[in-house]
Amino acid sequence: MSAAAEILVPGRAGQGEALVLTAPISFWGGVDPKSGRIADVRHPQHGQNLSGRVLFLPGTIGSSSASAVLLELVHNGHAPAALVLHEPDAILLLGLIVAREMGWQTPMALKLGRDLFETYRGCTVEVAEDGSLAPAA
Amino acid sequence: MSLLLSPEEQAIAAGHDGAAMAMRILAESARLLGAPRLIPIASAHIDGALYHGDSGTLFAERLVDGGARVAVRSTLNVGALDLMGCSRIRLEEPARGMARRMMEAYRKLGCEQSWTCAPYQAGHRPAKGSDVAWGESNAVVFCNSVLGARTNRYGDFLDIACAIVGRAPDYGLHRPENRRARLVFDVSGLSASFLASEIAWPVLGSLYGREVGNAIGIVTGITGHPGEDALKAFGAAAASSGAVGLFHIAGVTPEAPDADTVLAGAEPDMVIRVTPEMAAKARLGLSTAASAKAIDAVAIGSPHLSLDEFDMLERLIAGRRLSVPIYACTGRHALSGLEQNGRRKALEASGVIIVADTCVVVTPIMPELAGGILMTNSGKFAHYAPGNTGYSVLYASLADCVESAVIGKPILTDIAA
Repeated sequence: MSAAAEILVPGRAGQGEALVLTAPISFWGGVDPKSGRIADVRHPQHGQNLSGRVLFLPGTIGSSSASAVLLELVHNGHAPAALVLHEPDAILLLGLIVAREMGWQTPMALKLGRDLFETYRGCTVEVAEDGSLAPAA
Repeated sequence: MSLLLSPEEQAIAAGHDGAAMAMRILAESARLLGAPRLIPIASAHIDGALYHGDSGTLFAERLVDGGARVAVRSTLNVGALDLMGCSRIRLEEPARGMARRMMEAYRKLGCEQSWTCAPYQAGHRPAKGSDVAWGESNAVVFCNSVLGARTNRYGDFLDIACAIVGRAPDYGLHRPENRRARLVFDVSGLSASFLASEIAWPVLGSLYGREVGNAIGIVTGITGHPGEDALKAFGAAAASSGAVGLFHIAGVTPEAPDADTVLAGAEPDMVIRVTPEMAAKARLGLSTAASAKAIDAVAIGSPHLSLDEFDMLERLIAGRRLSVPIYACTGRHALSGLEQNGRRKALEASGVIIVADTCVVVTPIMPELAGGILMTNSGKFAHYAPGNTGYSVLYASLADCVESAVIGKPILTDIAA
């Protein structure tokens, strides 16, 4: 079940428990920038925390401030361990690009078809430097 | 197709100053977006000066320290503080100081102190067909749809990077072939009285955003121009429930004299025929506290209120005293008109709290209240208030919001879709 995902934005390798979102999310308004908790009451994963998780995103919606929320999560240490996107979202990933310019350590952003997301649910996922995703032993 | 930078652009990116950092951020984003080149822009609207945490302040100050300046006209979206001093912001130190430093850094970069999410009603109206780089989802959708200028949704950081470089990635809605409609959103099945009501636009906008996602559609079945504030409300609601960057309305918006023109002769991929049941469900979906027995506050002005909307507010209040406050969010462009003839003082004497330069969902203004109920006529406030303020929302027309604020209990007029 290991898959090689395309690296959208390079970053550090890492591992974390998978958090598979079942609906698109707006980072601004939908995620608390202080803690990484999903604050959107209408979102099916409301109340879950994405800090330190390998976050699988089926899609993103809403405000153009998503990047600011992600940058803040990187700066305060509550970013996901890695972001796995069905398709690249430049607005969100800009948060990682700016964090790299600032010289901060960033998680990796990867591209993977959302039909593969479910296979990682409930697993601790290891993200290697080459962008491969595998359940940790 | 990979990104090709000109020798001049490459030379800028290789530098060590603020402009180099802006160029690298722009080039990295352009690569992710699949843009083949950068194109010149006529203006920018900067959403990045809103404080979300210290990281954004540190970024802006890094640009200032690197000597960066904007190369094109750049207006600023809302900040986290009311610099006009109309309302009290409950942001505590050290966040307050960092928010002020951030606003100051964007001023030093050469941006105009507009502090509004409705720059298009504050004198910033780029020409039809011109390329610009705008941030803030409602401003983007208005700029594309109502003004016919061309922009993608430029998020925080990319907006200021484009403004400093004076260029934007050539992709998406900058390209004419990507601006044609692929689906039809037909509202001719709704009653004329509903379509003429104020709530029609935020409700339909919310439904439209959810139905179309990021596709481009054309709304048909509208007879006559509904007015700019209605289009503003439609776009804001659509851009908060979906990733809408451009809509067309047949016979109303500048690129859609009729449906055929904007469909470019092709059959639409989908026709959504909006039924009264769909509109009623969308309206209900805007409330998270539809059966509330009392309300704690009313918030209006997302996007920021125009002077016309203040006229309507004054007429509806008619000098009465409110029992719960109405937070009326606006920009300083409208405030100067309100200062004349004592209008602002009269509104404040009634119990209206005017909020300038910012708004109630982006910074703490309303008291923290467990189980608080907020009434609003804004589809965008309805969408964001629960997550950002902790208040549950009750969506209604402005007239109902005002009547409810007078007695402190919800009054809801039935308007059949």
